[in-house]
Amino acid sequence: MIDWRPSASTETLLIRARLLQRIRAFFQAREVLEVETPLLSHAAVTDPHLESFMVSGSQAVRPRYLHTSPELAMKRLLAAGSGPIYQVCKVFRAGEAGRWHNPEFSMLEWYRPGFDHLQLMAELDDLVRELLDGYRSLMPTLKLGYREAYQRYVGTDPLSASIAELQAVVKQHGINVAGLDETHKDPWLDLLMTHVIEPALPPASPVFIYDYPASQAALARIRPDTPPVAERFELYLGGMELANGFHELTDAVEQRQRFAADLACREARELPWVQEDERFLAALEAGLPACAGVAVGIDRLVMLAASVNSIPEVLTFDDSRA
Amino acid sequence: MASYSTNEFRSGLKIMIDGDPCSIIENEFVKPGKGQAFNRVKIRNLKTGRVLEKTYKSGESVEAADVMDTDMQYLYNDGDAWHFMHPETFEQVAADVNALGDAAKWLKEQDTCVVTLWNGVPISVTPPNHVILTVTETDPGVRGDTSGGGGKPATCDTGAVVRVPLFVDIGDQIKVDTRTGEYVSRA
Repeated sequence: MIDWRPSASTETLLIRARLLQRIRAFFQAREVLEVETPLLSHAAVTDPHLESFMVSGSQAVRPRYLHTSPELAMKRLLAAGSGPIYQVCKVFRAGEAGRWHNPEFSMLEWYRPGFDHLQLMAELDDLVRELLDGYRSLMPTLKLGYREAYQRYVGTDPLSASIAELQAVVKQHGINVAGLDETHKDPWLDLLMTHVIEPALPPASPVFIYDYPASQAALARIRPDTPPVAERFELYLGGMELANGFHELTDAVEQRQRFAADLACREARELPWVQEDERFLAALEAGLPACAGVAVGIDRLVMLAASVNSIPEVLTFDDSRA
Repeated sequence: MASYSTNEFRSGLKIMIDGDPCSIIENEFVKPGKGQAFNRVKIRNLKTGRVLEKTYKSGESVEAADVMDTDMQYLYNDGDAWHFMHPETFEQVAADVNALGDAAKWLKEQDTCVVTLWNGVPISVTPPNHVILTVTETDPGVRGDTSGGGGKPATCDTGAVVRVPLFVDIGDQIKVDTRTGEYVSRA
């Protein structure tokens, strides 16, 4: 028999609708403007760890990419003087499916001119507490530097450790891994983050991890400490990664270099070439105001509010029945 | 050579790991926000039966294992090997003691077993969930005691030793659950 029924219960859909109302009320009260940006874009994300869906129409129409996040378009609005903005939208990531992932998912993203990443972390903490109020009791929030989190849960300094040292720690934890690049440190740091640190974080506390290695800056600005760190943060709750935020990079020259590095990495790994977003770079050249921004997974918030353990349970129709 | 991408991982998929055929029990996709994604899998080595965990970089290709589970009838043991026959093609295969493992003590001629073939060669044998065995040796039965309390060991015609209730006698036929090795009832 064909399975036509939704993967979420009606009760869960009600919780999702309430959370969306609460999100809009939260930003209305703080005078943050709701915006919509295109889902279909001429340019694609360059991050080698993200794969865009390509959409073709008729032969005569040049293919578009479905966005993996509304980040670049929202920054163009900021550069055009929008002031603080937020967006609730669907985003698309090919190849991401599992208990916590669906290739199409709902994202809340917002930007605060004048904020740094620490101020935005505080606002995100307020939002999460307001959204989950009445659904889940939360313990006090924990804020850990990336380095501190590593020292606490892995017992190693992630910034100074060599690849060989990280490999030894991986072995110590009984992690049997195949196919990881032996010449780059970041995959090994990511491995320990997902396999050792994330499972050890206290599940009832919102946990912020901030100030990442400069090599994992993505679109965050790098603070010239010794060693330098990226002003980036992640929020974890209930054993899940909920949000990723930046004190945003505003330097067009450096942004261009990071895109070029992404594209070189794509070429080295034989990943598809993508068109970098020239309109976004032009907006940076015109001047992006100093700001912080964050992307939050709405489906995972619904999972927490509804106390369910898999993402299909909070989606009307997950990818397998879409 | 056939291979699977980690995107195709699901439970039941058969892949090669360190030269041995394995079956995926559980697959979990994990990603640290930004950065490298991984597939964390729990797998059973089909030769040894051991369960292990392994992590793949997402997007990697892994060699497929040519493994098939086939229902086959157990024919006989020739002292070295156990011979099975496919009920439709009448094709026969011989499984050695490593493939049989614990299953050997439950095999009765004519019973249908699941024979796991890797590249056509048996690597494991799963007996039927329930088998009927004849008791060949046990302490004399205690008449009237049907409580089943206590129990005693009984040796069966296949060599298996099963704990049975006190009332069971030599020559009785008993039904045994091969998954737990426990007595179910008199047959």
